[in-house]
Amino acid sequence: MSRKLPKKDVVIVGLGWTGSIMANELTDEGLDVIAIERGPWRDAPTEFPPNYAQDELRYRIRHELFLRPEQLTFTFRNKMNQTALPIRDWGSFMPPNGVGGGGVHWNAETFRFLPTDFVLRTHLTERYGAAFLPEDMTIQDFGVTYDDLEPHYDTFEYLCGTSGTAGNLRGQIQEGGNPFEGPRSRPYPTPAQKQPFSHTLFGKAARELGYKPFPQPSGNLSQAYTNPLGIRMGPCTYCGFCEWFGCGNYSKASPQTTILPLLIRKSNFSFRDNSEVLHINLDGSGKRATGVTFVDTGGVEWEQPADLVILSAYTMFNVQLLLHSKIGTPYDPVANKGVIGRNFTHQTISTVNGFFDNKKFNFNPFIASGAIGMCIDEFNGDNFDHGPLGFVGGGYMGQVQTGGRPIQSTGVPPGTPKWGAQWKSAVRDNYLSQVRPGTGVHGSFYSYRDVYLDLDPTYKDRFGRPLMRMTIDFHDNEIKQNAFLTDKFAEIIRAMGAHTLDKQYRKAPYDATEYQTTHLNGGAIMGTDPATSALNRYLQSWDVSNLFVTGASAFPQNAGYNPTGTVAALAFWAATAIRGQYLKNPGPLVHA
Amino acid sequence: MVMRRRDFLAGTAILVLSTMNSRATVISGGLPWTPNAGSPPVPVRPGPWHFFTSDEGRAVEALADRIIPSDPQTPGGKDSGCAVFIDRQLAGPYGRSDGHYTQPPFMSGTKQQGAQSADGPAATYRKALAALDRYCQASYQGKRFADLSDEQKDELLKSIEDEKTKLEGIDAQSFFELVVKDVQEGFFADPLYGGNRDMVAWKMIGYPGARYNYLDWVERHNERFPLPPVSITGRADWTPKT
Amino acid sequence: MRKAAIPFVVFGAAAAWLAGPGLGTAADPDGQAFDRIAKGRYLTTVADCYACHTVLDAGKPFAGGRPIETPFGIITSSNITPDNETGIGAWSDQQFVDAVRRGVRPNGSRLYPAMPFPAYTKMTHDDVLAIRAYLATVEPVHQAVKANTLPFPFDIREAMRPWDALYFTEGEFQPDSSQSADWNRGAYLVQGPGHCTACHTPKTSLGGDKSGDNLRGFNLQGWFAPDITADTSQGLGQWSEDDIKGYLRTGHNRMTAATGPMAEEIVNSTSQYNDSDLHAIATYLKSLPARQDKAPAQAGQPVMAAGQAIYRDQCSACHGLDGQGVAMLFPSLAQSSLAHASDPTSAIRLVLRGGRSVATKAEPTAPGMPSFGWQLNDEQVAAVLTYIRNAWKTAAAPVSADAVGKARDQLRTRSD
Repeated sequence: MSRKLPKKDVVIVGLGWTGSIMANELTDEGLDVIAIERGPWRDAPTEFPPNYAQDELRYRIRHELFLRPEQLTFTFRNKMNQTALPIRDWGSFMPPNGVGGGGVHWNAETFRFLPTDFVLRTHLTERYGAAFLPEDMTIQDFGVTYDDLEPHYDTFEYLCGTSGTAGNLRGQIQEGGNPFEGPRSRPYPTPAQKQPFSHTLFGKAARELGYKPFPQPSGNLSQAYTNPLGIRMGPCTYCGFCEWFGCGNYSKASPQTTILPLLIRKSNFSFRDNSEVLHINLDGSGKRATGVTFVDTGGVEWEQPADLVILSAYTMFNVQLLLHSKIGTPYDPVANKGVIGRNFTHQTISTVNGFFDNKKFNFNPFIASGAIGMCIDEFNGDNFDHGPLGFVGGGYMGQVQTGGRPIQSTGVPPGTPKWGAQWKSAVRDNYLSQVRPGTGVHGSFYSYRDVYLDLDPTYKDRFGRPLMRMTIDFHDNEIKQNAFLTDKFAEIIRAMGAHTLDKQYRKAPYDATEYQTTHLNGGAIMGTDPATSALNRYLQSWDVSNLFVTGASAFPQNAGYNPTGTVAALAFWAATAIRGQYLKNPGPLVHA
Repeated sequence: MVMRRRDFLAGTAILVLSTMNSRATVISGGLPWTPNAGSPPVPVRPGPWHFFTSDEGRAVEALADRIIPSDPQTPGGKDSGCAVFIDRQLAGPYGRSDGHYTQPPFMSGTKQQGAQSADGPAATYRKALAALDRYCQASYQGKRFADLSDEQKDELLKSIEDEKTKLEGIDAQSFFELVVKDVQEGFFADPLYGGNRDMVAWKMIGYPGARYNYLDWVERHNERFPLPPVSITGRADWTPKT
Repeated sequence: MRKAAIPFVVFGAAAAWLAGPGLGTAADPDGQAFDRIAKGRYLTTVADCYACHTVLDAGKPFAGGRPIETPFGIITSSNITPDNETGIGAWSDQQFVDAVRRGVRPNGSRLYPAMPFPAYTKMTHDDVLAIRAYLATVEPVHQAVKANTLPFPFDIREAMRPWDALYFTEGEFQPDSSQSADWNRGAYLVQGPGHCTACHTPKTSLGGDKSGDNLRGFNLQGWFAPDITADTSQGLGQWSEDDIKGYLRTGHNRMTAATGPMAEEIVNSTSQYNDSDLHAIATYLKSLPARQDKAPAQAGQPVMAAGQAIYRDQCSACHGLDGQGVAMLFPSLAQSSLAHASDPTSAIRLVLRGGRSVATKAEPTAPGMPSFGWQLNDEQVAAVLTYIRNAWKTAAAPVSADAVGKARDQLRTRSD
């Protein structure tokens, strides 16, 4: 039996990026808002100060800031005819936990999607014909356009102080920026970060090959900045401990550095940490949420009633909570019916490591930031003609190496033994003169009928509930896409002057033990048709109109970019709809 | 008129017990800060093994020295403390697989599905080192692994790596991969964890250590960074020379 | 007269009160007049009665019960709500004025100078009555407080008589006719209701002001409240008027940030001073003469070298390689009077323990400093502080490892 707490206007599940954005927006509207966060409060001066945050073993290898699988995990299989087994320790992705969520330990790579990404099925069908797309590819249009979101991308970038060089300013292509990007209404709030040696060299090589390299848009700031909320940030000092790590000197955009100091001062905002939401509660009709039930560290259950529920718990936990709360019809891949769990996607990542003459090249790889790098977008989205190539999709590529932390950056040329005296001297000879881009090729991952989420029949969580099951594998389309992109990428690394390349193509089957970004998407997607989407274009549940679900769970497929910029823009877009329309007239905003 | 001040002490979070005498606390009013918050690392202290028996310790030192042999410029795995690193790690949360999902049933699956054993690293090392020594004693006239010649050790390890030699009751190839990983991690991790003694590995590769500020070096391309490495626990230069 | 000239006195506008530094016009006999109460509310904020007379976050305003740390032990603040039995509701105006300006209670017993009556004595009779008028309107709280919680022998109130004789001179502030009206207003605020001297003026071992060293800094509650004269290295000599105003209003300026007890003072009090009063305070403080200290001892080269190594590795990521920090975010150590203070207690404390700077409406960021106490030993803390105090333009005496060790011991049991 849950103990009932005093009612609030709004309860937000998860205090990460979108939870913080929604909380700030809705408190500005005068609503009484409480956020409930599963993990602990964390902040720079105490949990990741610049005198012990730079610990590769602790944070990258033992991943201390992340969720423990023991607390919650998933099962995994490649194909429907396999038995899913638990992910006992994280591998291909790493879910966040704690106030700030992934915003604490992301790289701060802050991209926008392309205009065509939002109308993907329409666009690809128009250009290549319906027959060009695989029959079991389930890509959809988002239901919003780039133009709808542009002001909200802008809001997020100015909130963060994003450092970059505009490529398309109100339709005018700008030198030095990304010529393929959608038009932006104004320049980035701060100039692009300065690039270290290998990243600069990549840009030079790319230019010489005829590409238009641009600096990666970075939430690690190039200079001190004050955001529109009056919150101050400092300049990034290129420590090289970005993704996996909290930032110790207030120079990486996160909820802690851009929103929370102001939000926490509002008398109509509060939050609970170390409190895990178990389910969203519905009234007898099943069409209205009455609040959420959560459990504290003592195991006591509480009910937090509210008029409006915002589910901001990260893709996987969003979908899981919808399944456990029986909101929306679970997806059945065989019948091809249902919506919760469909269109589940990840990211198609590969890289090419380059080895250079150590007498001529010293890259000081330890001087880097999370969103450093020169990139090219010629092979992203539909920026190139796919007709002769036999696949769709693409991604940006670049020398985006984020640090030289030695446990992970002491690679050796292919063919070198993995241990012993030869290994040791190869490590010594190559550490400073190799280029290890990491996510050098950052490709799209389109959606398929047999890649989805549902509940596992065997394995349970610590509350005795079924774990969520991931059924995910690479399809030929993504493998072909990746092979093509990786080869193009390798050409540039070679042109930089590498004498040996180590091409690491992405190969099927999808391997849950190899890290491939935490860009998991889908499962509770937005769209225009309730038969094939869980949310309408305002991220409002088709089934429960006082429930909005933010995060990349809304993406019908993933594009060739890091998702956070788009995730945040969609949150601002939804908040605007809630403030401007929903609150005046609660109920469905779209009648399908 | 009553002043209501919820952000009384600027910067101190207000932890208010909710009306129901709960253990769930609410944070509002200001960003939390308390003295002594956070958890700075506790450096490993030299001394007797915490996890290994003396036979196990010898075996792991021997393994470490073959995985990272000593050379004139840089010590090998044993002298740089890699076995100490592994010992302390196995005695702690890593060894126990703390935080992992350890619920049954344990079924073996595909490589892509990852480790599905009930044994964490500590149990694995215990079983595997025993199996390794038993194998060596049976195959090398009663000698344990640590007592073989370097050539014999290398030959045996390569054979295990290639799955030509198997050990009883344990997946030898996986175990060897695990040891290589752990030795190399210990070699390159911060010295506070027991390996990379005196930052020898960092000196070997030219890695300046646990630094946070390279602002004055970002645009100095292709120049050797001159400062010596520093650990989270510091470097010699931090203490005034008398 | 005032009422006719300004029918509505808007809180914070203060135009009428700038006619002079608060010198006595005839007391307005109507204690319930709106403008009197509004003036009283402002002065209550200036005098910061709320901070001492309210328990942190859980207490009712002005109801007392807050433990206050003094060098002689913990004393507890009294209930100054208008409750008749447990507060001051039954006191006459004169009794209130006697308490605030003379340190005497209605029963004749003496107040301890934790209640800063030696400063409040400089307030005009009229200003004190305005505060009384405001306090009479706050919610009465029935809460009996045992105020005298000092340990023996300090709990003997009679001992305050000779103390008063030594250290207390009753009397309203006397303006200096050779100075401007702004200067006089600033002097009035600093010496009177603002009671800056209570923390910032050094005290004798019996807790009386060393008036010859007015506002030159004092060590209390584990901090060193710094010199706020116009001394260039130790005080506000490098601060412009905007720096002073910004600091008092927002807790931050281009060089430094408030933390510790001053953070509380800014949130409750100075952030609500009106602009002309802040200007007056800046005018006054900048006029106070610099110290005549002899040049500090030179720091030894090995210490400076070690300090520089630590600084580069540990401090520069926030405070900059040039010590200039980032304006409004990371203090400029090169210019920080806190870092250069003759008594390095605050600097040592921040390095050992860390801290969070103040959040105000204008400056909500409240950046925090991490703790280095677990990482640096006494010698290393001394070296890096010595380096910081001498590396850039100004110089200050080296910090000794002993001083760090002593501070570490004292901080061990602190809860704040």
